[in-house]
Amino acid sequence: MAHTLIEKIIGNNVNKDVKPGNIVTVNVDWCMVDDIMAPFTIKKFEEMGFSKVWDPDKIVLIYDHFLPATQTDDSRHFREADAFADKYGIKNVHRTDGICHQLMTEAGYVKPGDIAFGTDSHTVTYGCVGAFSTGIGYTEMAGILGTGQLWIKVPETIRVNINGKLPDNVTSKDVILRIIGDLTASGATYMALEFSGDTIDAMSVSSRMTMANMAVEAGAKCGVFAPDEKTCEYCGIAYDDKVKSLRPDPDAVYAKVMEYKAEEFVPVTACPSLVDNIKPVSEVKGTKVDQVFLGSCTNGRLEDLQAAAEILKGKHIAPYLKMIVTPASRKIYLEALKDGTLDILSDAGAIITTPGCGLCCGRGGGILSDGETVVATNNRNFLGRMGTSKVNIYLASPKTAAATALKGEITEME
Amino acid sequence: MNQTFEAKIWVLGDDIDTDIILPTEYLALKTVDDMKPYAFSPLRPELAGMIKPGDMIVAGKNFGCGSSREQAPEVVKALGISCIVAKSYARIFFRNAINNGLLLIENSELHDAVTEGDTAKVTPGEQIEYNGKIYKIESLPDNLMEILDAGGLVNAMRKKNGL
Amino acid sequence: MGMTMAEKIIALAAGVKETRAGDIETVTLDKLMSNDGTTHLTIDMFNNKIKNPRIADPGKLIWIVDHNIPADSPKTAASQKKMRDFAKEHGIKFYEGEGVCHQVMMENHVRPGELIFGADSHTCAYGALGAFGTGVGCTDYLYAMVTGQSWLLVPETIRFNLKGRLNDGVYARDLILWIIGRISANGANYKAMEFGGEGLKTLNMADRISVCNLCVEAGAKTALMEVDDIALGYLREHGREPKAIVKSDDDAVYSEVIDIDLSEVIPVVAKPHFVDSVVPAKECLGIHIDEAFLGSCNNGRIEDLRAGAEIIKGKKVAPKVRFLVVPASRAVYKQALKEGILETFMEAGAIIMNPNCSVCWGACQGVIGEGETLISTGTRNFKGRAGHKDSFVYLASAATVTASAIKGEITTADML
Repeated sequence: MAHTLIEKIIGNNVNKDVKPGNIVTVNVDWCMVDDIMAPFTIKKFEEMGFSKVWDPDKIVLIYDHFLPATQTDDSRHFREADAFADKYGIKNVHRTDGICHQLMTEAGYVKPGDIAFGTDSHTVTYGCVGAFSTGIGYTEMAGILGTGQLWIKVPETIRVNINGKLPDNVTSKDVILRIIGDLTASGATYMALEFSGDTIDAMSVSSRMTMANMAVEAGAKCGVFAPDEKTCEYCGIAYDDKVKSLRPDPDAVYAKVMEYKAEEFVPVTACPSLVDNIKPVSEVKGTKVDQVFLGSCTNGRLEDLQAAAEILKGKHIAPYLKMIVTPASRKIYLEALKDGTLDILSDAGAIITTPGCGLCCGRGGGILSDGETVVATNNRNFLGRMGTSKVNIYLASPKTAAATALKGEITEME
Repeated sequence: MNQTFEAKIWVLGDDIDTDIILPTEYLALKTVDDMKPYAFSPLRPELAGMIKPGDMIVAGKNFGCGSSREQAPEVVKALGISCIVAKSYARIFFRNAINNGLLLIENSELHDAVTEGDTAKVTPGEQIEYNGKIYKIESLPDNLMEILDAGGLVNAMRKKNGL
Repeated sequence: MGMTMAEKIIALAAGVKETRAGDIETVTLDKLMSNDGTTHLTIDMFNNKIKNPRIADPGKLIWIVDHNIPADSPKTAASQKKMRDFAKEHGIKFYEGEGVCHQVMMENHVRPGELIFGADSHTCAYGALGAFGTGVGCTDYLYAMVTGQSWLLVPETIRFNLKGRLNDGVYARDLILWIIGRISANGANYKAMEFGGEGLKTLNMADRISVCNLCVEAGAKTALMEVDDIALGYLREHGREPKAIVKSDDDAVYSEVIDIDLSEVIPVVAKPHFVDSVVPAKECLGIHIDEAFLGSCNNGRIEDLRAGAEIIKGKKVAPKVRFLVVPASRAVYKQALKEGILETFMEAGAIIMNPNCSVCWGACQGVIGEGETLISTGTRNFKGRAGHKDSFVYLASAATVTASAIKGEITTADML
C-alpha cells in the first residue's frame, strides 16, 4: 500500500502498515521538556508512581522561556528540573543554550525518521528534518517519561506542492503564512502537512524549519519535509538508503493537495489577532509601528538575522522605534557575532538580547502596552500574547520586519 | 459518565486560543487555583469570577488552538466547568482535556442557537437538550473513554503502576 | 579661606563667588537625567499637580530607558511609552536600550564643573569627570525640570588622598568596597567624597567611575575627583569640552582627611545584606552561588569585561550557574564585540544580555529566586534587591565574580 511521509515514519516506528485513523502506540525516540512545563510534568510523573524514567538519555530538558528570569519564582523551575535530572540521571540539560525547538535538531538529537514529543506546541518544528514531532501536555509527557510510549492517531495528510522560484522579498515565512491563511487556523486540525516541490528542495533547512514550526498554527499535528542531502548535512548523518526511503510514495493518498507557484507569493503579514488573518503587506503598508521583533523558534536563525542585516547595513532604524533581536540559540549568536551580523544590527540601533524565547512567550523581551503596534517574526499574534489585549501584533518575515524597522511603518522590502 | 446534568451556558466565539484561556504571564503560578482568576482574562476579564461550578461553555470552532499548555484545560476544569461544547477543538487541547478528565463535546449546531445565561440539559455520549430541541452528540473512541473512566491519565498510569 | 571642589561647583551654579559647607544655595542645574525607574511618576506630577506646567529648558533634560529594557510586563511597557511620548512631544533627549543611564551620561553628556541632578542615586558617578552629580527624588526633579533651579545644602567634604597603586588582581571595585567597609554605610552622609593625590593617576576612567558611582553607598551626596589629563583625555575622546575645571584650594576645609595607600587594598566582598559588610574575599571561599552578574553602571565597562574575559578564556561557567554578562552601554557592547570578548564569554557559557540594569535593579532580567545566591558587580546587596526577598547577594569585583562563576562558589581569580 502506498504511504504518505508521516504514514511511513509512524509505520516504521510501530513496524506495521498504518493508515490514517489507526490508533497506534509509538515508541518515543526523543522527548523534550521545557522550563515552564518542567515542574508540572515532574509533579504528574511523581503522582503516577513511577520510580525511574524509561530512558534518561532520550529525555532533553531545556530552559528557554524564563531566561533571563523576569519573576522571582522563575528560577524555581530551573531548580526543580535540575533536581529531577540529578535524581534520574538525565544528562541532556540545556540551561542557557537557546530555544528548545532550535536545540532539538541543532544539538543533534532529532534525526530523520525519529518520533519526538515536547511540552510545547511548536515541537512540530522537527518535521523540518523529516521527523514526526508534536506538542503534548505535561500529563502525557509524564506518562512518556515513565513508559517511553504514547498513543496517537495516524493523521491524514495534506500535501502542499510549491514549485518555481520565490521573489527576492519573499521568504519561507511568507509562504507558510499564506498557506495558513488559505487553510485557516483549524484547516489542518488532526492532520499532517507534507511540503514538497522544487521550491522546497531549494530551501535551506532553516527555511523549512520556519514552515514546519508554524504547521501547528493551521491546527496540524505536524508539518513534515522529506529529508534530502541538505537535511543529512545539517544532521551530520549519511544520506543513505534508510534516509532515502523516507519519501512519500507517488501514489500515496492525500486528504487534499494544494498547489502553489512560487512566483505568485508576495510578502504577507498575519494581522491582529489571528494567525490566519493574512493580508499582503502592501495592503497594510503605512501602519505605524512602535517595535519590531526579530527572533523566536520561527525566525531567529542565522539566515534570518543575515537577511535583516543586509537590509539594515549602514542604516539606522526609525527614531523612537525599538528593534529587538533575539537569536534562537547560543550557536547562532556566536555565528552572527563572528560573521559581523550582530555588529551591523547593533550599528543600526537594534537591541540584541540573550538567546531564548524572549518576547514570543510574552514574559519579557519587549512587552508592549495599550495601543502599541509590533511587527514580529514569531509564530503567534494572539490577543494579549505580547502584553495587553490592546497591543496589535503583525507577524511577518525577517525581511519585512527589517524594512519596517527602517521606515517606522509597515512596509515590504523593495 | 452518562449521567444527565443541567448547566448554565457561557458563550464564547471561534478560535478561543490558549493565550486567552490562560495568558503566559500566569502559567507558572504554583497552583491551578492561583491561576483561576486569570482564565479568559484577555477576552473577558470578568468571566472567571462569574463562572459557577457546574456551568458549561459553548463555543465556536477550533477551541483551544495554540500552545500545549495543559494549564488551559486544568484551569477550566478548576473553575468547575462541567463540559465544553464546541464546533471543533484544537488537537493538543483536546488530548489535554481528556487527560485531565474534562468532558469535551463536539457539536456544530448548538453554538449558533444558544443564548448566554440559558441552561441546557446534557446527556454525555447521547444528546443535549436546549430550548426544546435535541442535539445529538457522539461518544468518544474507546481508548479515550478508558482514560476518562479512570479519571484522567494520572490515575490510569497509577493503576498501571499498581497504585 | 579656600574652597573645596564641591563648594566651587555649587558657587558656579549659584552664581556666587563663595559658598561654604552648611550654606543653602539656589542653583541652576546644568543637566537633568532621569530613567524609566521613576520618570513616569514625574510625568504624572507634571501633568496633574502643577498649574500651567512648563519645562524651563528641555535642552537640559536627558531621559534614558535602561532599567527594564526590553520591557518585561505591560506595566513597565506603559510607563516607558509614557516617557517616550512625553520626550517626543517636548523635544527631550531620549535614549532607549542604549545602556545604563550613568554610563550613557559619562559617554555623551557629563562635563567637568557641571552640576547635575539625576533621578537615580548613583548619579554621583559623574564625579569621575569632576562634575557634581547627585541623586534626587521625583519631586526635586520635577521642581528642577519646571524651574531650571533647585536648592542645595552645601556639603562638607571628606578628602581621600590616594597614594601608591593597586596590586595586580585588585581592582577599583575592591578599593571602593574597602573604603565603604572602613567608613560604613553612613560614614559620608550628606557629605561629598573627594578623591585626589598621586594614587589617583594610577586609576583609569573605568576605575574612577566605579569608585565615584558607589560613594552613595557610604551615604555621600556626591563624589568628586580631581580633573587631570586622564579625565580630559576621556572627555576629548568623546568630543566634549569642560564647563570648568575646579580644584580644591590648598587651604580648603575638610570635615576629615583620609589617607589611603592603594597597595594595602585586597580583594574584598560585601556580604548580604549591606554594602558595608565588607570582608576579605578569602573569607567567603566556598559559598555556593546560583548566579553571577558582571555588569551595571558600577562595573559593566570594557575594562571590567576584559578583566573577566581574561580569566574565563578557555574555561567554562559551572554547569548550574547562570552567569549574566551585561555590557553597560552599546559602545561597550560594540567594543567587546570587536575585541572578541563577547565571543569568549559566549563560548564559556555565559549569558550576554543587552545593555541594561539587569539584576542590579532586580525587577527585570535575571532575577534570582527563593534561597538563591548571587555574586554581583552591581551596586547593592540589600535584602531582596536582586529578586526574591529571601535571597542573598555578595558584591565583588569583575575578577572575583568571574572566577566564582567558573567555580560555582565564591572564589578569587588566583585560586582557580
